[in-house]
Amino acid sequence: MNPANYLYVSALLFTIGAIGVVVRRNAIVVFMCVELMLNACNLAFVTFARINGNLDGQVVAFFTMVVAACEVVVGLAIIVTIYRSRRSASVDDASLLKR
Amino acid sequence: MTSNSLVYLIALPLFGAAVLLLSGRRSDRWGHIFGTLMSAGSFAVGVSLFLKMLGNPTGERALTQKLFSWISVGSFQVDAGLLADQLSICFVLLITGVGTLIHVYSIAYMSHDLDRRRFFAYLNFFIAAMLLLVLGDSYLNLYVGWEGVGLASYLLIGFWNQKPTYATAAKKAFVANRVGDMGLSLAIMIAFATLGTVSFQGVKEHASQASTGSLTAIGIMLLVAATGKSAQFPLQAWLGDAMAGPTPVSALIHAATMVTAGVYLITRSNFIFDLAPTAQLAVAIIGAITLLFGAIIGMAKDDIKKALAASTMSQIGYMVLGAGLGPAGYAFAIMHLLTHGFFKAGMFLGAGSVMHGMNDEVNMRRYGGLRKFMPITFATFGLGYLAIIGVPPFAGFYSKDKIIEVAFNAGGVKGIALGTAALLGAMITAFYMTRVVILTFAGSKRWDDKAHPHESPFLMWAPMVLLALGSVASGFFFTHGNSLRNWLAPVVEATPSHEGELLSPAVVSILALVLVALGVGYAIIKYLLNEVPQVAPADVTVFTKAARKDLLQDNFNEAVFMRPGQSLTRGLQVADTKLIDGAVHGIARFAIGSGNLLRKTQTGFVRSYAMWILAGAIALVATIWVVTL
Amino acid sequence: MGHTQTPEAVLFWVLGPLAVLSALAMLMVKKAVHSAILLAWIMITLAIFYIAQDAAFLGIVQVVVYTGAVMMLFLFILMLVGVESSESLTETIRGLRPIAVVAALGFGGLLVSLIGHATIGRAYVGLVDANAGGNVQALAGLLFSKYVWAFEVVSALLITAALGAMVLAHNHRLIQRPTQRDLATARFRGTSLASAAGLPGPGVYALHNAVDVPALLPDGTPSQASISATLKARGDVIDSRPFQLSAIENEEE
Repeated sequence: MNPANYLYVSALLFTIGAIGVVVRRNAIVVFMCVELMLNACNLAFVTFARINGNLDGQVVAFFTMVVAACEVVVGLAIIVTIYRSRRSASVDDASLLKR
Repeated sequence: MTSNSLVYLIALPLFGAAVLLLSGRRSDRWGHIFGTLMSAGSFAVGVSLFLKMLGNPTGERALTQKLFSWISVGSFQVDAGLLADQLSICFVLLITGVGTLIHVYSIAYMSHDLDRRRFFAYLNFFIAAMLLLVLGDSYLNLYVGWEGVGLASYLLIGFWNQKPTYATAAKKAFVANRVGDMGLSLAIMIAFATLGTVSFQGVKEHASQASTGSLTAIGIMLLVAATGKSAQFPLQAWLGDAMAGPTPVSALIHAATMVTAGVYLITRSNFIFDLAPTAQLAVAIIGAITLLFGAIIGMAKDDIKKALAASTMSQIGYMVLGAGLGPAGYAFAIMHLLTHGFFKAGMFLGAGSVMHGMNDEVNMRRYGGLRKFMPITFATFGLGYLAIIGVPPFAGFYSKDKIIEVAFNAGGVKGIALGTAALLGAMITAFYMTRVVILTFAGSKRWDDKAHPHESPFLMWAPMVLLALGSVASGFFFTHGNSLRNWLAPVVEATPSHEGELLSPAVVSILALVLVALGVGYAIIKYLLNEVPQVAPADVTVFTKAARKDLLQDNFNEAVFMRPGQSLTRGLQVADTKLIDGAVHGIARFAIGSGNLLRKTQTGFVRSYAMWILAGAIALVATIWVVTL
Repeated sequence: MGHTQTPEAVLFWVLGPLAVLSALAMLMVKKAVHSAILLAWIMITLAIFYIAQDAAFLGIVQVVVYTGAVMMLFLFILMLVGVESSESLTETIRGLRPIAVVAALGFGGLLVSLIGHATIGRAYVGLVDANAGGNVQALAGLLFSKYVWAFEVVSALLITAALGAMVLAHNHRLIQRPTQRDLATARFRGTSLASAAGLPGPGVYALHNAVDVPALLPDGTPSQASISATLKARGDVIDSRPFQLSAIENEEE
């Protein structure tokens, strides 16, 4: 089996995550789709590390995980704050910039 | 010969004008005296220069003075210089002499006017500008004076600018002058282009080297300038309206001096016209047309000043005709100019005197029988009248008859046509001038008791008497022993004239006198022996109606120039609002419209923005994909 | 390339499609909690993939940090926001769904094609040599030599994120926190003394102790607040009137 198959899976997961961001209305689900995209990237990095024979890809995947974790923390805090003031977790309700 | 005192001729009145204008109301008490003194001082300098010139031998009579180097651009060199030769000194004496007399007259005439000081300032300015015109030694220097007198005329015609009609008359005069000024500018430009110089001396020397075509062009342009300034056909419409100014202005500017500037210009440019026979013929024809034109208009005018203005137009036509007859006619044109200065100014001052006595009434139909109440005015006016109709031994007889004679002697069809026109003009002149005198001074009184006609004060009738003396004696003085002609010969008769002799002088004089008598007789029958209605009769021939309306020149100007000009302006204005403003607004509208279109992308929904981001990412990946294909 | 053994191939072909299907399902379920669970499953699948690709450390970190911490954090927030919140699947923005589908197909196609183009002919090395001294040791060697600067920066980022979360979650008190004294005075200054003693729990009643019988307030009225909302909704509340105390018979010994 070709290790590149993992890359195809990664691409598919990334696409699905991107579409999820656009399609879903619940802010938390949107956030989860962003996490899915990041994870897909991680899979790609790890696969490349294996293909190229050095661990640089794994180190980058490691950093990506750390950054994603921080991002989740802050992002969810923001969502909670918005929810507290607006009583709604739908991204469509935050449309004050509408023309 | 150089002289250092030429500049004082101009400097004195200019200084007077400056002082009177800058000092404002402070000089109201003595302003008029000061102005008159400046003018008299200029006259004194002129007389001393004339005596000096008399003392010099004929070849060295011209006096020059270079003031400063004015323009020095490459090959174009013009100095601000003055030239007083035999021709210009005649004008200097006329301008300053008659000018000073009119200054004196104005002291009394304008005594009730609060702005008298300003009037004298403008009069002084006019004297200075006119002197610069006749003393300039190049066309460009002449042009400065030319413009100056145009400005002075505008200021003085519109002196009582509280009345809108007067201000409009001033504008009309200025605009008509401007058309003529275009001619002078073009003439200067053509002269520089073809001859390389614009000074009189330079043009005189190089004229024979230029082609006839360019000389004819210069000549025609100079003729255009002269018609504008001297109110000749077709630019004569402004002279009647210019009577809106105070009577001293009409006397000085529109009778004696400014309107004669055109004749001066043509005479001064004799070296050009003598080499361009076509242009010279055009000058003669214009002169002939105008003298008949003015005479016909003069027959129908009831306003005394307008009648005199038409007469001025006609008499200047005589001068222009004389100047257009070549070396034979220049001297007589100048002679007629000088004599005309005396009698026309005198008659205008007389008209002013009548108006002063009749409470500023100008309609001659309301005069009548005034000789009993204003004897001095009647006497001086009468002498001027006899001079203008050409009764011997008064001034006009000598000058006018000489012009008619030279016209006939020009030979051929041209000579006969011009001579006949001049004779006809003499007859009509006699008629309408007699009409003026009868309506004003003779007959029964047509005014009611509200008017109190009285003789004018000393300061008014004294200049009139002096001018009347001139009307009487000047003709004889100029002709005796060909004095004027010999005096002017070095300037105007460079090329010898080929005079034929169609009619002898005696025949011409007899013919003229017969026609004059006919004219006088007819006027006497019509106006003295018949009742003169107080209101102008309405059932008159179409010719009279046309003559009352200045032979429809104003209507023509309006239809041909004014209305197309107005519609052009309106069209441009519409183009400006619709096209140019429209284009500018269109740009704004386009900006707003495209902005509105772009606004539609701002939906406010995060998800559609996310979609745009995704689209961008797709575009990026697609580009990479295309590149790696 | 085909340098992997059969067990790995089996692993991949079972779990790979499963992961993709779970991702699709994550997009399409109505309840957010279901999406969270599906995402957790995807992450576990990915952890298995990491371990299968000789990234043992990363695989364990994926389970511990991502599935364990991050997904649990998601679930906590979901509980805060509202577990029952489910959104309708009809689209409010016109035309977004078709565009999204087209974009998905396009994007996916492009990526797959690109990847295929990039990896065909690439030499496969494998991580046997790199992991010679152990995966953790090799990673540590790289982290603290080549990537030490990024390491320090990321640790600063972690601290900042923790601070940020604290700041954002901080609740500014707009009014002063009521002290015990304030609470006590409010109890007795209320509209009626009926609630001064506090609300009883469900089933507390003078003669009856049942979940579906409303409790009595000090002034004798039954308190509907003591019954569970579910029972009330089901209509299983028993009338408490037969159990009300009559006037207290104090004279009885």
